[in-house]
Amino acid sequence: MIDAQAIVNILIQTSYAATPLLLAAVGEIIGERAGIVNIGLEGIMLISGFASIVFAYMFQSPFAGVVAGVLIGGFIGLLHALITAYLKGDHVISGIGINLFASGFVPYGVEAVWGVRGYFTIPASLKVPRIPGTDLSPIFLASLILALGSYWVLFKTPYGLILRACGEEPRAAESTGVKIELTQALASTITGLFTGLAGAFLAIDWLSSITKNLPAGRGFISLAIVNFANWNPLLGVVGSYLFGFFWVLIGWLKLTPLKEMIPLPLMETIPYIATLAVTAGVIGRARPPRFTGRPYRRE
Amino acid sequence: MKPSSILGSIDLSKLEDDIVEVVFAVLAGFAISGLLMAAGGFDPIRAYVSLFKSAFGDLYGVSTTLSFATPLMLTGAAFAVSVRAGVFNIGAEGQVYMAALGAVIVASLSLPSELYLIAEFLFGVLLAITWASIAGFLKSQRGVNEVVSTIMLNWTGFWIVEYGRTYVYFDPAEPQRTIKIPEAGRLPLLVPGTELYAGIIISLVATVVVYVIMWHTSLGYEIRATGLNPIAARYGGVEVRRSMLYSFIIAGSLAGLAGVMEVAGRPPHYAITTGLSNLVGLGFDGLAVSLIGRNHPLAIIPAAIFVGALTAGSRGMQIESGVPLEMVKAVQGIIILILAVPGLVRMLKQWRGKK
Repeated sequence: MIDAQAIVNILIQTSYAATPLLLAAVGEIIGERAGIVNIGLEGIMLISGFASIVFAYMFQSPFAGVVAGVLIGGFIGLLHALITAYLKGDHVISGIGINLFASGFVPYGVEAVWGVRGYFTIPASLKVPRIPGTDLSPIFLASLILALGSYWVLFKTPYGLILRACGEEPRAAESTGVKIELTQALASTITGLFTGLAGAFLAIDWLSSITKNLPAGRGFISLAIVNFANWNPLLGVVGSYLFGFFWVLIGWLKLTPLKEMIPLPLMETIPYIATLAVTAGVIGRARPPRFTGRPYRRE
Repeated sequence: MKPSSILGSIDLSKLEDDIVEVVFAVLAGFAISGLLMAAGGFDPIRAYVSLFKSAFGDLYGVSTTLSFATPLMLTGAAFAVSVRAGVFNIGAEGQVYMAALGAVIVASLSLPSELYLIAEFLFGVLLAITWASIAGFLKSQRGVNEVVSTIMLNWTGFWIVEYGRTYVYFDPAEPQRTIKIPEAGRLPLLVPGTELYAGIIISLVATVVVYVIMWHTSLGYEIRATGLNPIAARYGGVEVRRSMLYSFIIAGSLAGLAGVMEVAGRPPHYAITTGLSNLVGLGFDGLAVSLIGRNHPLAIIPAAIFVGALTAGSRGMQIESGVPLEMVKAVQGIIILILAVPGLVRMLKQWRGKK
């Protein structure tokens, strides 16, 4: 039966499911607004998740883990900017490279560090502590603050105007003295920092483990949320909570009598089909920044 | 006739640069991964020697390498056709799953034995084309980003096939896999005692056919024109949406062939195994193959053999040097990151000039 406690539980679980989606989506919105598309979010989450566990162990502190995950994510974002903004490489191919590298490096790393195949779980002492008196994660709070802050910076500050100009009209922006590559590199690094926090959240906050399937498509769902949100961080919050809720919904449906009617593997398809349906329904109205994903070359 | 015109699009001086770039990227991929292995306490030289030996050391190794290259030529060509049309269709993975399921569905029917093989191919490839067309339709009609849609379709396909494997087409004797393809529906082995099956001939022919379509037919011309510049192509009278849709259909049929052949050709299972373990990754490895082959159907053949060798050699590497076999994916990732940078040869020359 559905009672008040069940609803509260679903809301708390939704806050967990939505947080990594929101962080990566807002990071990607900042990058794409500046003209850099990064489809390597999945790989960044995976490597950052791994790094956060390694550093949490090394310093016996979840805080060190979070910092390491964020910084490694930022480093990969910077590397992506080096390839795309400075060396004019293809954005999608670089992202594919990041994902592929991560899918090979992390299982290797898990074995190299802990000597186990494929799967490692952390003790409760290395998990990020809850917000006192609640079942909520501090990173959940951070993700909302980062989303609101990103909206404010993008749309209410002169710096946001410059950043958006790099994705919309780089030629015009450059003629007013904007350093396109530098702005893009900064934005891409921010994409990485935010996505790195998402990876750390998955590994040492929510799921407390690392496997090569840690992100399970969440990086790509974040890309769908970017489209859904029409490149606006506030709508990104709406999208992330909507998609996060789908995820919680199947977890909950699995416990109801419905599981007798719908086999579990088919229930697993729900978040992906929902993502597809919502993206197909909404995308007609959404328009990406005009120059995003294209290497910017001077005439 | 200039020598370069024999191969249609291939400009020989550019071909040389391409080869230099790919060789440089491959060596850098091995070097950087070697450093990572050393940092993790493994011996990279020993790892690479065992990798090379198990991929090429004897007839069994070469056969294994070629057997792994067989589906990768197809999934690589699938991605290459898409990229040439200007779309990043990374859905070969899901299309492979669906095609394999199609072949198993056919195997579950009672048919005259001479019909199995043809029916597996027809139905399996049809399912894969259907799966690819969903993304093609969403892209051309609704403007849905194909990276997002194909990934969602990959996961959806995974769970649908997993459902079929566990609930409908499981083998009562060995429930961890589906029913086997009947003997009449299998492709013959080329080298007895190995995994090399006749599918490699189909892969080679299909890859050459893709090359002919892309460079010697008007459909191929329109697909490539769409990818080079959709706006100019539209002014030139090309139906851009239609060529994109065709690229999805061609890609779907290639990935579909790969999926059918993996269950109808490769020993020992002739079935879909737990967690789709004999299918997972074939589509994604195709991305690497296509990018290493510079998205050219003919160059994809050696690129597929290279990635096939990494896959075949990774088993020996893990056994002999303890380096987890997934490491070869990291090598491929680094190669692709380096190949993402355009004009690498020019930069290398400039750098050498400065020294």
